[in-house]
Amino acid sequence: MKDADDLSGTDAVDPTAPVDAVDAVDADGAAPRVQSDTALVARAALATVAPEPGASKPDPILVASGIRRSFGGIVAVDVDKFEVQRGSITALIGPNGAGKTTFFNLMTGFDKPNTGVWSFDGVAMNGVAPHRMAKRGMVRTFQLTKSLTKLPVIENMKLGATDQKGEKWWNGLFPGLWKAQEAEIEARADELLRRFKLDHMREEYAGALSGGQRKLLEMARALMTDPTLVMLDEPMAGVNPALKQSLNHHVRGLRDLGMTVLFVEHDMDMVHDISDWVIVMAEGQVIAEGTPDDISSNPAVIDAYLGAHQGRTLLEDQA
Amino acid sequence: MDIGGVLENTILQFIGFNACYYAIAAIGLNVQFGFTGLLNFGQAAFMAAGAYGVGQTVTIFGISLWWGVGIGIAYAVFLGLLMGMPTLRLRADYLAIVTIASAEIVRLVVRSVKFRDQFGGTDGLSGFASAYQGVGVDLGLQPAGEYGFWIFTFSGRNLWNLLVGWSLVAIFGLIVWRLMKSPWGRVLKAIREDEDAVRSLGKNVYSYKMQALVLGGVIGSFAGMMLALGNANVQPDNFSRDLTFFVLTGLVIGGVAKVTGSIVGPMLFWAIYAFLDSLLRELVDKPVRIGDFTLIQSTDIGSVVFMVMGLLLILLMVYRPQGLFGNKKEMAFEGR
Repeated sequence: MKDADDLSGTDAVDPTAPVDAVDAVDADGAAPRVQSDTALVARAALATVAPEPGASKPDPILVASGIRRSFGGIVAVDVDKFEVQRGSITALIGPNGAGKTTFFNLMTGFDKPNTGVWSFDGVAMNGVAPHRMAKRGMVRTFQLTKSLTKLPVIENMKLGATDQKGEKWWNGLFPGLWKAQEAEIEARADELLRRFKLDHMREEYAGALSGGQRKLLEMARALMTDPTLVMLDEPMAGVNPALKQSLNHHVRGLRDLGMTVLFVEHDMDMVHDISDWVIVMAEGQVIAEGTPDDISSNPAVIDAYLGAHQGRTLLEDQA
Repeated sequence: MDIGGVLENTILQFIGFNACYYAIAAIGLNVQFGFTGLLNFGQAAFMAAGAYGVGQTVTIFGISLWWGVGIGIAYAVFLGLLMGMPTLRLRADYLAIVTIASAEIVRLVVRSVKFRDQFGGTDGLSGFASAYQGVGVDLGLQPAGEYGFWIFTFSGRNLWNLLVGWSLVAIFGLIVWRLMKSPWGRVLKAIREDEDAVRSLGKNVYSYKMQALVLGGVIGSFAGMMLALGNANVQPDNFSRDLTFFVLTGLVIGGVAKVTGSIVGPMLFWAIYAFLDSLLRELVDKPVRIGDFTLIQSTDIGSVVFMVMGLLLILLMVYRPQGLFGNKKEMAFEGR
């Protein structure tokens, strides 16, 4: 996934195609689903992994151990071991305050852990500044969408491309030095905008987009960095059901293009629908891991999410 | 009442030397404040850096005046790095505090008795500009000669200042306009919107902010050089807080984040100033009284002009917050 052409040649799965009927009805997880080859590969690889917290993966792209971050007396994150399988879609779930976003911040260099080491693609990432993460192929989005409202959509997209010659100020004065690269970037940006159905908003200010469209724009912009690992922080928050289906499809499309996806989400339907592996955090720790089916029947997860008393009335509890 | 004289003053100030060095300073400030969102309240310090750079050459160092351009730039770069290093990693407000304080420090240092031998104390520096004026003379502009037509008649010395000054405005305006159309400018504008988003896309935000601060400062130093050469002296008290905020006012009138705004804004600032000042002087030839109460007399005019300008600025902010050349559509997304 280092070549611009790869992005445009989306033969494996065309994410712009209508969501196929079988996929659309499996929100309850019971209906049979059509899976792409990459999904089957990812799931086959993960089938051998024991569903327990901190399980080792056969081919991890992100490996973290002993990550601990406290704010004053509160330990926000205390993760012994955390691995993400290459080429998979991994969901990171947990109740509010579980430390998911803090963990994201730590992995992407936006915050520094008190202790712990982590590596991405075999390279140690301790002390690496956030802006270097993107160049190594790790890109993130934010829980509160960060669209650059006073820039047009297309400028938002073009900003995402890395290693631009014209981003050095002394080159900026001489358009001849960067015009060719700029055209290339623009073509890639247009291709992505088409995929995310934002091409009709190309010239609009990003501030004119709806909340859902901003989510799409942020995801598309992140893809301009040619990432190998995409980290999405609550991609579905505040998105209407129709757009959710299309976002689902886009996330799956990322895996089919060879990327690894790690996402934080509260929408359990989506988690069940698209993830190959689920990691559950509560109170800063990883409390469970497994396939979506393992997780939905895991009593520890149900307790953490819904409380140990879920499904019972207060009277039953007292009895 | 001589309304013709009022208009003449207004027009001459619109294209005058004050408007011209303010415009250079505003172009620099626009790089920092308008495009990158850096709250630099110390543009006067960068201007002082340029002014003292050229001022010190002949009088203190005993070298050719032209070295002053390099020295002025070096001072400005040093000042930018010094201000930026501790603050650009922090929230925007810290830069504002540090720049306003640094500007005062610079002014107090150059006017201090201790450094009189380096900066000339409160008297400032003079007697260094002859090489600069000589070029004008070589080009055929006699200092005492009269050039131009109608109301646009200048002495050779003034005309030379205006030619050099407005050429600098054109050059820096063009440079900044070009840079802001480049991918570099795109990164700056994105930083103004949201630093973290830019960081997550692999840009070294700190470095870009530093580049913007230093570049804007260097352009500001040229405004100071122009001021020093045009007046043929450097006065420490020229570089007070007023200067920074007048330049900022000019920029806001024109419209931030627009190169045309940063040039026309300062011109309008001086035109409005001259208009109000000459109009009031025409109107208030004797004290205006209501009973025993003196409403206004000629010695009040200086302050009243600034009161009216402040009022105009408030009205501008309420009814046209984007300034004259700003983009209304952009402003609509403020704070969303």
